[in-house]
Amino acid sequence: MIPELGHFALILAALLALAQSVLPLVGAQRGDIRLMGSAAPLALAGFLAIAIGFGALIWSYATNDTTVANVVANSHSAKPMIYKISGTWGNHEGSMVLWVMVLAICSAAVAGFGRGLPSALQARVIAVLGTISLGFLAFILFTSNPFERVWPPAPDGNGLNPLLQDFGLAVHPPLLYTGYVGFAVTFAFAVAALIEGRVDAAWGRWVRPWALAAWSFLTCGIALGSWWAYYELGWGGYWFWDPVENASLLPWLAGTALVHSAIVVEKREALKIWTVLLALLTFALSLLGTFLVRSGILNSVHSFASDPTRGVFILCLLAIYIAGAFLLFAWRAPAMAPTGIFAPVSREGALVLNNLLICSICAVVLVGTLYPLFLDLLTGQMISVGPPFFNSAAGPLALPLIAGMAIGPMMSWKRAALWPVLQRLWWAACLALAAFLLTLAFVGWHVLPAFGFACAFWLIGGAAADIADRSGLGRTRLANVFHRARGLPRSAWGAAIAHAGMGVTLLGIAGMGLATEHLAALRPGGSTSFAGYEWRLDGVRDVTGPNFTARRATLTLLRDGREVRVMEPSRRFFPQGRTTTTEAAIHTNLARDLYAVLGEEHDGQAVIRLHDNPLAPWIWLGAFIMALGGALSLSDRRMRIAAPAPKRREAEVTA
Amino acid sequence: MTDIAKPSRRKLMLYAPLAVAGVAGVGFWAMLRGLGDGSFNPRGVPSALLGKNPPEFSLPGLDGIDLPPLSSPDLRLFSKPVIVNFWASWCMPCIVEHPQLIALQRRGVPILGISYKDREADARTFLARHGNPFARLGVDAPGRVAIDWGVYGVPESYVLDRHGVIRWRWAGPITPEVMTESIVPLLRSLESA
Repeated sequence: MIPELGHFALILAALLALAQSVLPLVGAQRGDIRLMGSAAPLALAGFLAIAIGFGALIWSYATNDTTVANVVANSHSAKPMIYKISGTWGNHEGSMVLWVMVLAICSAAVAGFGRGLPSALQARVIAVLGTISLGFLAFILFTSNPFERVWPPAPDGNGLNPLLQDFGLAVHPPLLYTGYVGFAVTFAFAVAALIEGRVDAAWGRWVRPWALAAWSFLTCGIALGSWWAYYELGWGGYWFWDPVENASLLPWLAGTALVHSAIVVEKREALKIWTVLLALLTFALSLLGTFLVRSGILNSVHSFASDPTRGVFILCLLAIYIAGAFLLFAWRAPAMAPTGIFAPVSREGALVLNNLLICSICAVVLVGTLYPLFLDLLTGQMISVGPPFFNSAAGPLALPLIAGMAIGPMMSWKRAALWPVLQRLWWAACLALAAFLLTLAFVGWHVLPAFGFACAFWLIGGAAADIADRSGLGRTRLANVFHRARGLPRSAWGAAIAHAGMGVTLLGIAGMGLATEHLAALRPGGSTSFAGYEWRLDGVRDVTGPNFTARRATLTLLRDGREVRVMEPSRRFFPQGRTTTTEAAIHTNLARDLYAVLGEEHDGQAVIRLHDNPLAPWIWLGAFIMALGGALSLSDRRMRIAAPAPKRREAEVTA
Repeated sequence: MTDIAKPSRRKLMLYAPLAVAGVAGVGFWAMLRGLGDGSFNPRGVPSALLGKNPPEFSLPGLDGIDLPPLSSPDLRLFSKPVIVNFWASWCMPCIVEHPQLIALQRRGVPILGISYKDREADARTFLARHGNPFARLGVDAPGRVAIDWGVYGVPESYVLDRHGVIRWRWAGPITPEVMTESIVPLLRSLESA
């Protein structure tokens, strides 16, 4: 009964989405206020319908309803409740329902919070969101219905992919999808602006919070995914340039560029066409990622149920949305004339440089990810593009970007001088140089990590210099400085914190550049020395979990003969899926991670792999600091208070 | 961005995103069709070389490591099934599969290594740190041999019978499960054949 209710709710949502994509658009074209007014209620009703559908699916999972095919394929009664619920979106069908759920929340938010928007713009934005929602609801209903029944009911489910039975991965998809789907809103704003043929500062002010929010969520989502790969795959690395990872990095890069170029639109009414294009591109890359992962085209360590027929459907959706938007762009963009004029050396100029560099990195990652596919298609030749390509191609582009990240925010709008800015940054440069030399002196000849530390301190120092400069440090009394620092706009703090967060991440990456690892085959009682500790294997024993059996090793760490710590890496075997996962034991004190993995056992010997990863946690900590900066910027007064009303006829009509 | 360009050329530029998206779309459509009828397989398994001799090659050895170099005739040298393993020191999954390679070597399986796009010093450090499972080792710094074999990425392993014919291919790390469920039974059947 409940699954049918969910199914009907999704069908109803699809019909509502159809109305939502047509009525407000027609209303906006004709200037019909009643039709435009239907946008918000339709969006809210669609949200309710999808929420019922999503709730019904969660209910089926929570009660382990084995008459639902999706539950049978992906769940099991022995799973802990939290993973039963997170299993709802741990599979293809459920994750698509989560996708439209987030989209519906966004539409409802535009309907609810967008009252200050000109009503024609709001109607068009909601209509575009309705079109996207319609496409994906149709995709769910026609190709991946999560409420399919089986009869007779299966005795029990077949278990979820055991790799996914993990807290990090329970939270990772919702964050990632919120990021992807948030960019659907900026996409909708861009399409609406193209239809209207007008982009102005007010438009920039409306788009930026959405871009910022989506970007912050995506940052968290990617960081969680990378953290998961670090502790769950047991390979001791944090980023593998895996195609699926790249698929999430692409919209992040484009979104980062968008967040920056939208500032220029908002403050200076320049870069309009470029910003619109970025908004389209960011969502196009989000959809591309969804398509590549779901269609089975990509070869990746991250598995997902894939099916070419679904791929065809998503490709058709992509063709409609992306090609449609780009066609509209080619047709309407010439109408948008730039008004703000700026010198090459200025804040705008720095942001253009930022955009060019980030987009180049994005292009490198895109080419590296897709080139093997296209080469295979055209010549039948298989090649692999590995980390060496990405590192050597993206590295040189990242360098000027990092250099500019500290300089750009301190430049003034319209026209700036480079020399005074560099003068205010001299001590950040000194800090970077000191970090470089100290690393070489204390760790030995590791040039790349030393360089990484230098970049990290340059960024953190640059962010501090920016705040100090804005608060007037050195130009006024200290008490006054604190007062001014408190009074700085939150967006200034947000930018500085996000840039410093990037520095913190770089700190972690540079630290991982100094990581060492050690492989030892030990008998119980045997020991090996590594990273300044004596590692003694006390034994390996069997452990039984709720739906797995495991081999768990007990390692005792000794320093100078004293027992310091016990670490217990294990290997889990899940009988339902006949799969094994490694559970690395990680001991962290924030300055370094000691990381132990239990390998194969042979002739009474257990292979133990040990890693010493200096500063590893800072990689993800930095990402969360970046997201925090985004959130702080989002809470800026300017974003909360409605824009100073631009002179618009529509605005008067709504008032 | 293109404010200064001539109006007509600028208009054409605005069609560029559409053109790129269109080309990509056609490509993806062809890939999906290929996936459907089996002519396009991104996982690259099974190999086009299955049941055939691999293309001729001759690779230099690794300086400073006491291992003979590797060329095509060496594949039949052992008159028993061998494993050819493409690896690199920069590849994390290679560390994961390394204990299994060592275990296979202890069982007396000749493992012929091909070091793929790696710096020689890094490769030496890798072997010194993790142990050497290889009976012979060739250095494929430009990755040419890997292209001829159709290697998708590292690690990738091939099982060849005693006549040097490719019998099995695995793109990805040899986990303990792959070893016990695929490689060991396969080697046993090839040895008895």
